[in-house]
Amino acid sequence: MIPTRLIVAFFRDWGFRLDLYLKVNARLGDIPRRWQWITEQLYQSGIGVLHVILLVGTFIGMIAALQAGIALSTVGQQDQIGTFVALGLAREMAPFITAIILAATVGSAYAAELGTMAVSEELEALEVMSIDPLRLLVLPRLVALLVMCPVLTIICNIVGVLGGGFVAQAQYHVSFDLYMELALEALRATGTWIPLPKDIFAGLFKAFVFGAIVTVISCSCGLRTHGGALGVGTATRRAVRDSIIAIIISNYFMTWIIYR
Amino acid sequence: MSSSPIIRFKDVHKSFGSHNILKGLTFDVEKGRTLAIMGPSGTGKSVTLRHIVGLLQPDSGLVEVEGHDMAHIPQAEIAEMRTRMGFVFQSGALINWMTVADNLALPLRENTPLSEDEIARRVSEKLDWVHIADAAHKFPSELSGGMKKRVGLARALINDPDIILYDEPNAGLDPEIATAINRVICELTNNLSVTSIVVEHRIPCVKAVADEVIFLDEGRALLRDTPKNFFSSEHPRLVRFLGDQRDIPTTT
Repeated sequence: MIPTRLIVAFFRDWGFRLDLYLKVNARLGDIPRRWQWITEQLYQSGIGVLHVILLVGTFIGMIAALQAGIALSTVGQQDQIGTFVALGLAREMAPFITAIILAATVGSAYAAELGTMAVSEELEALEVMSIDPLRLLVLPRLVALLVMCPVLTIICNIVGVLGGGFVAQAQYHVSFDLYMELALEALRATGTWIPLPKDIFAGLFKAFVFGAIVTVISCSCGLRTHGGALGVGTATRRAVRDSIIAIIISNYFMTWIIYR
Repeated sequence: MSSSPIIRFKDVHKSFGSHNILKGLTFDVEKGRTLAIMGPSGTGKSVTLRHIVGLLQPDSGLVEVEGHDMAHIPQAEIAEMRTRMGFVFQSGALINWMTVADNLALPLRENTPLSEDEIARRVSEKLDWVHIADAAHKFPSELSGGMKKRVGLARALINDPDIILYDEPNAGLDPEIATAINRVICELTNNLSVTSIVVEHRIPCVKAVADEVIFLDEGRALLRDTPKNFFSSEHPRLVRFLGDQRDIPTTT
């Protein structure tokens, strides 16, 4: 039996996060005034993790091609590796891997930065000066990840497909031109309601939602930090853990809604 | 002639979990006066300051600032009142990723329509007041503890507040800097009629800046008097608290 205390804590945590998300959304009109800080956050959450996305994205594409090749070559269909890699990356792997990387690198930094400010009385100082911490601290971070998560997902898609093409050619002797032709052909399929490549936009939509999830969870953990350095460590760990759980669960439901 | 109190606590109770911190605290402060609060650690001195700026709400009792019940006024009104208050945190509480000048300019940029030139002029003026004009472009991590505290004081002064709350302004400072800070507190009271509440353990600071002193013990105001009478009091609890420190002279 789950103790009542844990149930109350669960709803208090997620209630705070929902409240934070709604409050920050109500402050979106402040974006033009915060452009300088948004730019800084865009740099830190985008350029700062670009090398990780390039490296991981390439290897994810290579692994996908390897696995697809093993299965398809048994039935002599290894030419189709491009289709599998492109669809797998665009629909699931690129947004998922990008979000996990952002949760582990940028989200943990958000929680640690805001947590340190909380335990060193900086957040109280802002309140005493009538400065809204949500406008100053959370809004620029949310905007940055809402932009950068889809952008990095596109980059992950590109390097993943290229990495897969390298493996398809080197391991399974599929010409790179044929691989790319089938990959692009697979991605061109449009949706029922929107005349745009469905799989690409489904992946980008997921990335957009994941960006919001990582920011809101990480910032909420940071803002509620107490207990000195130990508290900052706990907040950072919770931010990464809860972000990953929320990414996986929301991914299932988004996939179910988009592809059912 | 005494004026009406600008800050008033009436039978204020505050608990955190099972810890009762304030147990019926009652006192008031008149405009332009400096009240020092002394007392053992954990007796609710910093909690008292946080009630005045609305960071904490009392469980029961009344906290009134400029005639407003702080527990029952809208957030927007509290935010407006806070622009007329300054709070000097014990640690300085400077925003670490901003320079000293940006730390001071932040409340002006956020809450006023002042031009950047006017903001720069005010920042420079306040840094001059606390004698650290050359630190304007440094980050807090590059400052000593004493300098951080002075920047914290300059930031509290940036709006030319009517009320300033000091949480241990002399803690961790060498005597020379402590004296300089005490002088600034006195100048603000004497020249600008600022109302101040100073939470402080250091007797020289209390003697230097306070018009009156309250001894807070177990969440209540046990004793209130002028510094002269306070430090010569024979109240057994106060005698035990001060020990052999009672005869330390004033530093300004």
